Amino acid sequence: MKPETSLAPRPASITPELLAQHSITPELLAQHSITPEEYARIEAALGRTPSLTELGIYSVMWSEHCSYKSSRVHLKRLPTESPRVVQGPGENAGIIDVGDGWACAFKIESHNHPSYIEPFQGAATGVGGILRDIFTMGARPLAVMDSLRFGPIDKDSEISSEVLHKNHSIVEGVVHGIAAYGNCFGVPNLGGETKFEPCYSGNPLVNAFALGLVRRDEIFYAKATGIGNPVIYVGAKTGRDGIHGATMASEEFKEGSEQKRPNVQVGDPFMEKLLLEACIEAMRTGAIVGIQDMGAAGLTSSSCEMGARGGVGLEMNLDQIPQRETGMTAYEMMLSESQERMLLVAEKGREQEIFDVFTKWGLDATIVGTVIAEPRLRILHRGELEADIPNQSLTDDAPRYHRPIGTWKAPVPLDPPAEVLEVLKQPRDYTADLKKLLASSNISSKRWVYEQYDSMVQTNTAQGPGGEAGVMRIKGSGTPGHERGLAMALDGNSRWCYLDPKQGAKLAVAEAARKVACTGATPVAATNCLNFGNPEKPEIMAQLSSAIDGLAEACTALGTPITGGNVSLYNETKGEGIYPTPVIGIVGVIDDVTKTVSANFQQADDHILLIRPNFLRYANEQQRLSAFGSSEYAKVVLNKLWGTVPMLDLGDEAALQKVLIRLAAEELLHSACDISDGGLAVTLAEAGFVHGIGVHVASFQPDYADVFDACFSETSSSIVITCDTESRKKIEKIIDEYDELYCDPIGTTTSDRFELIFDNKIVIHSTIADLKQPWSTALKSSLHDQTANEVLA
Amino acid sequence: MKFGVLVFPGSNCDHDTYHVIAELAHQPVTFLWHDSPSLENCDAILVPGGFAYGDYLRTGAIARFSPVMQSVKKFAADGGLVLGICNGFQILCEAGLLPGALMRNAGLKYICKQVWLRTETADSPFTNLLTPGETLKVPIGHMEGNYFCDESTLATLRRDERIAFRYATPEGEITREANPNGSLDNIAGILNEGRNVLGMMPHPDRSSEALLGSADGFRIFQSLTGALAARS
Repeated sequence: MKPETSLAPRPASITPELLAQHSITPELLAQHSITPEEYARIEAALGRTPSLTELGIYSVMWSEHCSYKSSRVHLKRLPTESPRVVQGPGENAGIIDVGDGWACAFKIESHNHPSYIEPFQGAATGVGGILRDIFTMGARPLAVMDSLRFGPIDKDSEISSEVLHKNHSIVEGVVHGIAAYGNCFGVPNLGGETKFEPCYSGNPLVNAFALGLVRRDEIFYAKATGIGNPVIYVGAKTGRDGIHGATMASEEFKEGSEQKRPNVQVGDPFMEKLLLEACIEAMRTGAIVGIQDMGAAGLTSSSCEMGARGGVGLEMNLDQIPQRETGMTAYEMMLSESQERMLLVAEKGREQEIFDVFTKWGLDATIVGTVIAEPRLRILHRGELEADIPNQSLTDDAPRYHRPIGTWKAPVPLDPPAEVLEVLKQPRDYTADLKKLLASSNISSKRWVYEQYDSMVQTNTAQGPGGEAGVMRIKGSGTPGHERGLAMALDGNSRWCYLDPKQGAKLAVAEAARKVACTGATPVAATNCLNFGNPEKPEIMAQLSSAIDGLAEACTALGTPITGGNVSLYNETKGEGIYPTPVIGIVGVIDDVTKTVSANFQQADDHILLIRPNFLRYANEQQRLSAFGSSEYAKVVLNKLWGTVPMLDLGDEAALQKVLIRLAAEELLHSACDISDGGLAVTLAEAGFVHGIGVHVASFQPDYADVFDACFSETSSSIVITCDTESRKKIEKIIDEYDELYCDPIGTTTSDRFELIFDNKIVIHSTIADLKQPWSTALKSSLHDQTANEVLA
Repeated sequence: MKFGVLVFPGSNCDHDTYHVIAELAHQPVTFLWHDSPSLENCDAILVPGGFAYGDYLRTGAIARFSPVMQSVKKFAADGGLVLGICNGFQILCEAGLLPGALMRNAGLKYICKQVWLRTETADSPFTNLLTPGETLKVPIGHMEGNYFCDESTLATLRRDERIAFRYATPEGEITREANPNGSLDNIAGILNEGRNVLGMMPHPDRSSEALLGSADGFRIFQSLTGALAARS
């Protein structure tokens, strides 16, 4: 701990000698990904040539990753307000009011590029970054989830063995990285999703979500105030790791991108755990005025953003920065993305209270600067003024582009190929098809992934990974034994967004909210992570803009404003873009966590009810077949992709969710799960695996065209619930009140047999145990992994 | 009756253990900071799970040198009750309060899931409300839970009935499939010679409320509070 040091003599301006040390060449600007137009703006903002440090600072703050320069004008269209929203986009995380004086901070963020280059550290620091975003607001992180996208991992995929092995190593590295960080930090992982598509082979997606709780009157903001207040650096020392990480995340991958490995930060979850405890304890002293974590662009973003939010400036002396390496330049320190660091502004005169807390936890805490009146970022190093920049030019006045938006064209034909039509006319072994679906990488059990995550620490997990949504209780809320709970789910279907970005985005919101509603919780807010390709291509901007329109429409209709999130662009490798992948996180509130509804069938001889919209399902046969082209059945069994996404009526969806919440509150449900990937047959099988419960389903309504339609189509706004006879009558009566919905008693649960009868013919027959085998082992065997008893055998 | 929950830098089940004692067992409980040798007159010491000192070097290897552990050793030698859970078990082994070591899981991965334990002895302050052969549903969450000791130690543990819990099927069968981590003889928890120290890898703190999937683990805490009440 160092006492305050004097910053005098204070150089008034950057010396000509310093500026003369380098010349701004086109090559230098290209290295910094700064366009000539952007450079002209920098000169205009400064009124002179920038120093090298200043150029570096601009390059990270104006990078796509930090400035959202391509997406910002579109993000404005998202709904961000509701009576529950305490903090919308623009802070470290969004915050909503969840009752009893508690507020919930949550956000999702991408760490895609680093996770390709160095999967373990890339994914680990992705978790670390989002956790800091939560606790920098004073909220203790209580749950994380992840949405992961990888290239294929099955041998029979049409990819080279080199790519296959690379994909394996990325999957293992990413999962191990998430596990290592979250487990050590001590935050439970409540689920998420893991999907595979060929487009992610050179560009995996790692989107990490975190949620924390804070007393409503104890929220901290990343705002510097009080001229003369000290700026204190806490946490890990600064090294040379991660320099230009934000710029790297704003470029496409080319040949040799792996050489950017030094740009990936290295995480230390133990340090982060200490930082969490120390920050929470220091916040309780009341001596902290504002605090922000050093994430992308490290010292630079934390200092200029805190200054800009408070309308003040920050002057920092880099000589005081705790350093891990010797001889670091101002440029390197300002751009370092070393992990587990925070910058805070303290009340002058109360520094010692903060130092005492950090000493207790064995962490560095050093005064590195002062809040100044001029709204500028002033950086001193070795007696020299290295940077002197108006904050505003780095933040609010960063470039914003109205990039050209192309006309979106359907990427595949709407009608199924002729050979598919032939196949669909012939009788098939539908049981074999179901088993193939259950063993496919997108549908098979993700136990191999989530068992590596601690899902139970903090003892709040009412529903862990593997269900519809994660559910946790809030200790100290509601009445003892019947505390309030939070439900959360992530969803995104990139194949659907590829076929129709707007509808695909709407479907993602609807499904994430439906998963939350299936537990009995009311969806109340959303966060989003928008993963897209190169925004300089008009066709990519068309995808992005349409997806945002879809999000806006669905979030408005379902009452889930977006309180924050992240945009990840340039997800391309060698010119190949990923499918547009908006990932949505929805948070819901359940008043009594003991009323949480499971996604699993609970017992034999329960009634199975299918609740779905009461509309003519498709206007015509062509429309129906077109929607079937986007299903997992078309992909996995027919190996084809055509058509468009399933229909969705947001009014019907809202009604369905309302009913679900009501049925759960009245404790009428034994289970509830939504029909998604693979259709009804897969849903019925998955719901039975945990307790080994089968189904006898024989009463399909006559509006299904054929077996494919009844068993494998992926209709939206549809759920399967189970209940006893007494509840069934009540449920049917309640659903009668909703004109939009229809309740279809399709069968009963059984002790083991799994039978689906369509048009008086048994079309699927098996046992639940027989179906479970391929589903539960597929992922592990694709990755050639062994459990302990297999190792010992 | 007063419980003490040790807190090392990196402990992350300290609040969970505290919650069980304070909110479910309704007993006085306090946190004990690693840097202080004082046990504040506690009657039982709980060494919680987590990653003490970041698990650097080896799990528990640094924690054993902390000032508080010197006091815990003396406390245990005098017959004081000590329960180590997960990382706590690892620390007690490193500190020499329990024999053997916890190696990396045989599958080389962290595993978090519900497992079943068979009670092997009711003759301890931690298991006196249980019946030998009775099974408990208690979750694990660890990377290094693969118990190992040499043959003579194992023979002693068996002879003196110091194996408290073994991984089993829900019906109580000891099988290889029921062993999640490769532990010798399916060992999940052991007692010291004086039967006043128990170390176990599974988490009774995470299985003390039905909401969390099982309340079986609470019976271990109930046994402990009962034993303490009988002592005073």
